[in-house]
Amino acid sequence: MAGLTSSSGLRDTFPKLLLENARVRGDKPANREKDYGIWLSWSWRDISDEIRALACGLKDLGVDRGDTVCICGDNRPHLYWALTAVQSIGAVPVPVYQDSVADEMQYIYDHAEAKVAIVENQEQVDKLLEIKGHTPKLRSIIYNDSRGMMHYDQDDLHSYSSIQDKGRAYDAANPDFYLDSVEQGSGSDVCAMLYTSGTTGRPKGVMLSFDNLLITANNGCIREGLGEDEETLAYLPMAWIGDNIFSHAQAYCAGYCVSCPESSDTVLEDLREIGPTYFFAPPRIYESLLTTVMIRIEDAAKIKQSMFHYFMGVAKRVGMDILDGNPVSFIDRLLYGIGNILVYGPLKNVLGLSKVRVGYTAGEAIGPDIFVFYRSMGLNLKQLYASTEASVFITIQPDGEVNPESAGTPAIDVDLKIADNGEILFKSPGVFQAYFKNEEATRETKTEDGWVRTGDAGYFDPQGHLRIIDRSKDVGKLTDGTLFAPKFLENKLKFFPHIKEAVSFGHERDYVTAFINIDLESVGNWAERRNIAYSGYTDLAGQSVVYDLIQDCVEQVNRDLAADEKLAGSQIKRYLILHKELDADDGELTRTRKLRRQPIAERYDELIEALYSGKTVCPVEAQVTYEDGRTDTINADVQIRDVVTVEPTVQAAE
Amino acid sequence: MNATSNAPETLLKVEGISLSFGGVKALSNISFDVRKGEIRAIIGPNGAGKSSMLNCINGFYHPQEGQITFKGETRSQMQPHEAAKQGIARTFQNIALFKGMSTLDNIMTGRNLKMKTNFLWQALHLGPARREEMEHREAAERVIDFLEIEQIRKTPVGRLPYGLQKRVELGRALAAEPDLLLLDEPMAGMNHEEKEDMCRYILDVNDQLGTTIVLIEHDMSVVMDISDRVVVLDYGRLLADGTPDVVRANQAVINAYLGVTHE
Repeated sequence: MAGLTSSSGLRDTFPKLLLENARVRGDKPANREKDYGIWLSWSWRDISDEIRALACGLKDLGVDRGDTVCICGDNRPHLYWALTAVQSIGAVPVPVYQDSVADEMQYIYDHAEAKVAIVENQEQVDKLLEIKGHTPKLRSIIYNDSRGMMHYDQDDLHSYSSIQDKGRAYDAANPDFYLDSVEQGSGSDVCAMLYTSGTTGRPKGVMLSFDNLLITANNGCIREGLGEDEETLAYLPMAWIGDNIFSHAQAYCAGYCVSCPESSDTVLEDLREIGPTYFFAPPRIYESLLTTVMIRIEDAAKIKQSMFHYFMGVAKRVGMDILDGNPVSFIDRLLYGIGNILVYGPLKNVLGLSKVRVGYTAGEAIGPDIFVFYRSMGLNLKQLYASTEASVFITIQPDGEVNPESAGTPAIDVDLKIADNGEILFKSPGVFQAYFKNEEATRETKTEDGWVRTGDAGYFDPQGHLRIIDRSKDVGKLTDGTLFAPKFLENKLKFFPHIKEAVSFGHERDYVTAFINIDLESVGNWAERRNIAYSGYTDLAGQSVVYDLIQDCVEQVNRDLAADEKLAGSQIKRYLILHKELDADDGELTRTRKLRRQPIAERYDELIEALYSGKTVCPVEAQVTYEDGRTDTINADVQIRDVVTVEPTVQAAE
Repeated sequence: MNATSNAPETLLKVEGISLSFGGVKALSNISFDVRKGEIRAIIGPNGAGKSSMLNCINGFYHPQEGQITFKGETRSQMQPHEAAKQGIARTFQNIALFKGMSTLDNIMTGRNLKMKTNFLWQALHLGPARREEMEHREAAERVIDFLEIEQIRKTPVGRLPYGLQKRVELGRALAAEPDLLLLDEPMAGMNHEEKEDMCRYILDVNDQLGTTIVLIEHDMSVVMDISDRVVVLDYGRLLADGTPDVVRANQAVINAYLGVTHE
């Protein structure tokens, strides 16, 4: 095994690493946060003190070794400190998605048997007070932001700073407690429990040990050469494993600084001010950045437009080769250099990506156009194949060998194998301990000899890179036996900027059909430029001109598929544009925006049947749930269109 | 909501105000008071004299008769900037922001009266002027934080949607740290969600900053929900004055404003 192993007892837990960082790089910034328009920073020594005070305060409040503490809110330094503080006294932190509705939250608090909750603000406190009657184990709630809290007088509500004050007093009275408690922790202890958003059924609590997170994090640092001078922006949900690795574990391993945005609405601006060197974003963020750029370019002066398009053409032709270190002619290098001064440099600067050395994306497949756009500008964007059960890293695209279609090569210490049914299995130091209180699921996922089933189907290409086709349970067959990979099709559709979400059907059917969600921003802008009036999503989605626009996209997908020998038979024959956007609040998507196929299939049963009948219009009534829990119904007539399919351009091998 | 003290202190007292423009009587013999810390609504049909009443309070119009007592000081003639100095700030029915300036700069203008250094110091951006600017910037940032408009801090207000512009205007009024805040139809032209947001901010201003608020509003449900006491005007006359429940039950108000019920 390369890298750090569990034997180095000095640094085998986060609290121990914290003490070391405070000693080795005490004056270097560990966290930054923008407040009242100014970036405040805390050094490693500062956060070490803050965490110690909080840890002692939690002890004083009655948190014991083995208890669970839920943490919920936007990315705030105080909440990251809470992670380590909880770990210092041997309790287990459980970060919870901050946008969960009360019902989902109640399930997690109840299942995790949380004793204390540390939350950001009034919004989260209100949700907890609502569910508190149903979660008997929950004793105290600690909030960080006291805004709006002045009229709350519940006995079990405490402010973060009051707990820290009590902690300082406790620490003064028991000076040995903190260090002893940190000392008692070891690498094999459970250090965090993360609930997977779960595309099927209730979320499962994935238990990870210090070794899992720290060895994996350290291997990641070694692979990309991350050091204490990296800058990152923590803006993705704390409950997600990726944020735990990028904004917490790796920061502790490498000693770099993590900055927290002012609010979730200011991320783009904060990104520009911080200028991260190590950056993670799911594909949709890169997509929306690109969409904003393209919209603004279309509004720019003609000369700027032509300059942009000319140099993006140059970048597209040679940029990837320059980044990968392949030979490129002198003239092209010169043109690329000019382009860098005039277009790519300023553009990256506006997006806040000038300094990015390593940019990751994962979670969903990223559109090849988007991927190539960023890489050709010189941004070292790479795809990861990740999972909560692996403490993130399974495969990473290696520098110099980045192929948009593949997920890269195995990360350090990761072993991979492909099962007979095409499913990918892995084994690594990051493999989770077990699902909390769910033996059965643990046995299903983890084989006896330690392999973890990913549930994804894939294969290795001739270069040894992993390619992922789809969820193995989702890969289906049409009635004539043609292979049908729904996600593959959906991703192809979603790569068009006008299409936000797509759901395809075809398993055990005669032909393939699809639901489409248009992208309101992109199509709305398109409609405005053509003076097409619309009142909202439902109205716009139902217009024939919008169908014409989407028709082109679907036909293009069919043409692409015709060139693929395996999937040429699964071209889309009929489709419709859904009258409402798929939404996590309605249970149609997970919190990380993945499709939940079963609920969608049940809910839109009528529409699916209409797709497989001769109907051209189908009336629907849908129930929507607002964030505050109210429900409403939408009525609409949904049009259904046929698409021409294309003869396969490649003959099947047989 | 006005239970902050047992004997409510009167902040503003309007007595026998009459205002006419030539032959048009905009207000005739209006009297009411505003207690410290309350939310006081002025309602009435179009042309009832609501905005004129606000304009009298902040010194923009000078009523021919009657007197206004603010913080114990009685006056008959006053200029708007004097009112501002005394601690009265307002927003307008039609947004009156500097469209080309950023949200932050617009809010900073609300601090103008509190700036003490002279033009020369400010132009040179030296010594006291610099310290002062930092102080005011901090105050402006508190307002931005309070109204949760961080994301538009540097956006020119002309590019903002209407609902947000209204919020910025409220921000500018708050930056002056007023004792009395006059809001002229703060929710006009907003959609349901924006209205709910604005209501929450108004309640928060009243509750957390302790600012006394006089507001004009058309939306009856909003008025009845958030105000402590309501004044009803009709054709420049005072029709009713009291708590929302009292006003709602007043037959004259029902006839004039809410419509006559048909059995």
